[in-house]
Amino acid sequence: MSLLTDLINLNLSDCTNKIIAEYIWIGGSGMDLRSKARTLSGPVADPSKLPKWNYDGSSTGQAPGEDSEVILYPQAIFRDPFRRGNNILVMCDAYTPAGEPIPTNKRCNAAKIFSHPDVAAEEPWYGIEQEYTLLQKDVKWPIGWPLGGYPGPQGPYYCGVGVDKAYGRDIVDSHYKACLYAGINISGINGEVMPGQWEFQVGPSIGISAGDELWVARYILERITEIAGVVLSFDPKPIQGDWNGAGAHTNYSTKSMRNDGGYEVIKKAIEKLGLRHKEHIAAYGEGNERRLTGRHETADINTFLWGVANRGASIRVGRDTEKAGKGYFEDRRPASNMDPYVVTSMIAETTILWKP
Amino acid sequence: MSSLSHLINLDLGRTTKKIIVEYIWIGGSGMDLRSKARTLPGPVTDPSELPLWNYDGSSTDQAPGNDSEIILRPQAIFKDPFRRGNNLLAMCDCYTPAGDPIPTNKRFNAAKIFKHPDVVAEEPWFGIEQEYTLLQKQVKWPLNWPVGGFPGPQGPYYCGVGADKSFGRDIVDAHYKACLYAGINVSGINGEVMPAQWEFQVGPATGISAGDQLWVARYILERITEIAGVVLSFDPKPIPGDWNGAGAHTNYSTKSMRSDGGIHVIKKAIEKLGLRHKEHIAAYGEGNERRLTGRHETADISKFSWGVANRGASIRVGRDTEREGKGYFEDRRPASNMDPYVVTSMVAETTILWKP
Repeated sequence: MSLLTDLINLNLSDCTNKIIAEYIWIGGSGMDLRSKARTLSGPVADPSKLPKWNYDGSSTGQAPGEDSEVILYPQAIFRDPFRRGNNILVMCDAYTPAGEPIPTNKRCNAAKIFSHPDVAAEEPWYGIEQEYTLLQKDVKWPIGWPLGGYPGPQGPYYCGVGVDKAYGRDIVDSHYKACLYAGINISGINGEVMPGQWEFQVGPSIGISAGDELWVARYILERITEIAGVVLSFDPKPIQGDWNGAGAHTNYSTKSMRNDGGYEVIKKAIEKLGLRHKEHIAAYGEGNERRLTGRHETADINTFLWGVANRGASIRVGRDTEKAGKGYFEDRRPASNMDPYVVTSMIAETTILWKP
Repeated sequence: MSSLSHLINLDLGRTTKKIIVEYIWIGGSGMDLRSKARTLPGPVTDPSELPLWNYDGSSTDQAPGNDSEIILRPQAIFKDPFRRGNNLLAMCDCYTPAGDPIPTNKRFNAAKIFKHPDVVAEEPWFGIEQEYTLLQKQVKWPLNWPVGGFPGPQGPYYCGVGADKSFGRDIVDAHYKACLYAGINVSGINGEVMPAQWEFQVGPATGISAGDQLWVARYILERITEIAGVVLSFDPKPIPGDWNGAGAHTNYSTKSMRSDGGIHVIKKAIEKLGLRHKEHIAAYGEGNERRLTGRHETADISKFSWGVANRGASIRVGRDTEREGKGYFEDRRPASNMDPYVVTSMVAETTILWKP
């Protein structure tokens, strides 16, 4: 198949100024990523210079057949690690022809919150720890797991090495480099407690860009698993029983929290989050009740508690932050299938704007 | 097989001025592409510099055995993405030794229509959305569909990402770059509603060049599927039942339609197309009645309708065009196996030359 590879890897910059832009958007379920590509006459570095586009919303559960056009607004550009050259990936959000955000467009509201002067002044930083599980294609059972059975119990797999402990490292490593190439701020990766489960972290990112970067990182991951012939799952509890779930712990700080005396600001913010626990949980991902049981390094879904270095809490404050008197905290409640636009903007809204 | 690739990828430019030209033509069924190659003494930049050639028409159902020579007239050249260097692809049409177009030569008549002064003055632009299906080689069942069964119902596949939603992206991406390299104006690609079905768009292309570019794009696609070991199908309804068909929606505009007030010219043109619906349908591809059922984003084959943003109509006008009062419209009736020489020239003829 090397002839096919030769063609896929053609460097078009030698023969044309044209570039290919892959427009990415979120479909009707709120978690299904979609994309299609178009040719542009030359390189583009600024999303505002990209043309708006449209797609058939009746094929993604987002519009009726007799009025099917949904408009794509380019919001963020990344380098395309698959096509390389001057080709780009473009994260978009979706609007009606009249210019209204469609119901599944969570970015629009998040952008409004992040544009609020009080929020902008606080420069909210996010580090999101995205966990995910890799499944065998035809049976939807985790990769490396025996068909009709289970691997040995959890213990050896977290950050493990070796063919009997680490399943799918190729995918994780190529994803890491592909994202760095693309310009996504990946800060690290690790093998997770359940075999076949992995984590990557995106951040620190400011405001709306946390959501943009995480969604494009998810897209790149799904393109890579597609190449590898493996199915990507963001289910928060893919295997019932004594197996860890998958979360998207969201680390957060504001300018005030990062400055001297920030620890007091952090405590006040955590208090506010505690008062809105139910509202946050409702927005933190479908199926989270199967994961937040109080076991497997989670806090029970109905309980709000926080603690230093406590992985069984809803919110964990690191020992570094406690010692320095300033820093950040980790909201451990969001599920792996959360929408980062929703979670990041809601945390900012509750801690900066909301008055109890 | 690396020494075979080495040889295939030899850069002859270092050792000789000779070039290889692949002459491409359409065979006796009107859909089967044929080609053969010859050596020329040096680089060529215009089709008129290429010699006429001939082939054995009795082997393609286009001539009797006792008088089998068919003359190939090169009409358009493109860079060869497989041989690269200065090597070329040449799209040809077919004539008897006496110089008459043979019956399957549809380009000849199309070129006449596009040379008519009234048509030339209107600078007709075409954008053709070519849909196609990829089939497993031995069983002619779509790529990655379970043999003896079906994938999950349509929904997740349109513009989808992931090993369980996108089947054959390698082929599509290689084709995109190969065509851009060749100099074909591919404007975009997307995954289609039925899994293993894809679409690429060629255009905007003016007049006869729309047909030339689409035929060579089809040729390059079939060469690439050949490399990939996968069968290419242009059948308009490859799988009966609740599975989308494959079309070749043809977007069209004239100078008048693109200028201020163009929307009225568009409406008049659509009216004329409505009056010749049966004639157009007869020329829009074999087997189209299996596809144009009124379901799966088509209009019923016996009904002519048009609407803004309406994917269930024969002709769709985009919201952009409606809003700006000028632009283009989309004829959604042609099947994936249509002949672009026939369709483009007929649309131009009916809308520009024909008087009701």
